[in-house]
Amino acid sequence: MMRFWFPLGILLTWGIMAIGSHILPLTPNTIDLTHILIGPNQSSWLGFDELGRSIADRLITGASTSFFVALSVVALGILIGGILGIASGYFSGWVDQIFVRIVDIMLAFPGLLLAIALAGALGPGIENVILALVIVGWVGYARLARGQVLALKHADHVIAAQAMGASPWRIMSKHLLPLITAPLIIEASFGIAGAIIAEAGLSFLGLGVQPPEASWGSMIRDGTRYMLVAPHLVLIPGLTLMAVVLAANLFGDWLRDWLDVKDQKLMK
Amino acid sequence: MSHFILKRIFSALVGLLGVISLVFFLIHMIPGDPIDVMLGESALAADRESLRQGLGLHLPLYEQWWNYLTALVQADFGHSLFSGRPIVDLLLERIPITLHLSIVALAIAIIIALPLGLLAATRQHSIYDYGSMGFALFGMSIPNFWMGPLLILVGALWLGWFPVSGREGWNAVILPALTLGTAMAAILARMIRSSLLEILGEAFLRTARAKGLSSIHATIIHALPNALLPVLTLLGLQLGGLLGGAVITETVFAWPGLGLLMIEAIQQRDYPVVQAAVLCISMTYIVVNLLTDLLYAWLDPRINWQNPS
Repeated sequence: MMRFWFPLGILLTWGIMAIGSHILPLTPNTIDLTHILIGPNQSSWLGFDELGRSIADRLITGASTSFFVALSVVALGILIGGILGIASGYFSGWVDQIFVRIVDIMLAFPGLLLAIALAGALGPGIENVILALVIVGWVGYARLARGQVLALKHADHVIAAQAMGASPWRIMSKHLLPLITAPLIIEASFGIAGAIIAEAGLSFLGLGVQPPEASWGSMIRDGTRYMLVAPHLVLIPGLTLMAVVLAANLFGDWLRDWLDVKDQKLMK
Repeated sequence: MSHFILKRIFSALVGLLGVISLVFFLIHMIPGDPIDVMLGESALAADRESLRQGLGLHLPLYEQWWNYLTALVQADFGHSLFSGRPIVDLLLERIPITLHLSIVALAIAIIIALPLGLLAATRQHSIYDYGSMGFALFGMSIPNFWMGPLLILVGALWLGWFPVSGREGWNAVILPALTLGTAMAAILARMIRSSLLEILGEAFLRTARAKGLSSIHATIIHALPNALLPVLTLLGLQLGGLLGGAVITETVFAWPGLGLLMIEAIQQRDYPVVQAAVLCISMTYIVVNLLTDLLYAWLDPRINWQNPS
């Protein structure tokens, strides 16, 4: 049960931090020059950064950034990829052929590279980060959904539904979608881990959230300059980031075992 | 066999054309006028128009696309908006530097992953197995923009064994390669483990053991080569992650390769260079995957040439 509660606990904490950042009276952007680079101590557990801003407050605000980006990217990716993948797999024919070609081309890119180029070209900002990551990310879900539908569309219950005159829309939404939800959810769990790293990576490169807004990635980047005197600037956001990513990966592993979906199915 | 090779090369070419076109159209969909970037918004209308004509930017998009393709075939990537130098020269300067980093990173990944994977598979459900796979999970979850600074802190600032950044000295490559190699080692170790576990259950290994081979001999000589075959193809696919990660790693360590070139070009809004760098890295990815497929087909006589899955 540790395999379930440990990752879930971290992910829940992440979500609570994200929601809490909008409720709590935080001051992530308040500069206080008397507190510059002060390390963790009894009155403030996580210390202050190079401008004397509270690291705890910035960490919680950063959680909101990564939460919002990760959830939007995965939700939009599943929506777009899922619809296109199911439709393409179900209808087949020349539309499907073109679709497969497009997906193959998208997959011929190293994903992160394309996201960096897109985010760089679109300009900084959280919306553009989401847009870039969705453009790169939908393909994986589309391929998965299409593969699953191809394997399922000749199943008896689908043929029975067709014989009874059900519309393609009804078959896809009522008879196919419920059966492919499990692998999609597992993929989404790993997708969240990927999106968190990608958002932080883009912010690290200066292509994501713009200062003074907080992101774990930009906190790490700003902290590297003061690493020798104040390593906590890099350590705290990095450890937090890693814990959440690790939790999302572990949760995905657990889900896969629990829902008993074979690795091979996901690889197709 | 030749039919399969031709088919595979053809599909790689189609992929390449798709990648080139996609990058071209994406860059052109971006709002903003490259003329503004080059001349500034206060430039005279006549100057702007003559530059537009000179660069062929007044042509319809499909003609620009065609011109871009024909230029690419002649290895002409255009000129940098920022320095005015031919982009081919920039690429040729940077490619060996990134290659250097990638090869060392790959070597490090294999050196770490092979023993871990072997140990985990041969001692399944033991402390070694859990230890190796725990390491793999950590390796996959550590972002390289965090691992890099940590390695700089320990290896360069505290211990003073390696330079902080740049590529002065033979040991400058170690920290960036370690950063890049760890994530790959993690994935590789998991793949070697699962692939080896499958092979270890096969009948021919029982026969090898029955005729008196030692367990180590049977594993290394009989099982490992078979287990590494599927790993090879996945390795090609993983290279994409390595190349994407190289962009971030090169930025962390100021390693002057293709990735850093791309980031610098993004900051200078030098789109032709961004476009060329993305293309160059994607092309490497496609070519490497083509080569691993062909190598796989050559190494594994069981593969079905007409319909290789």
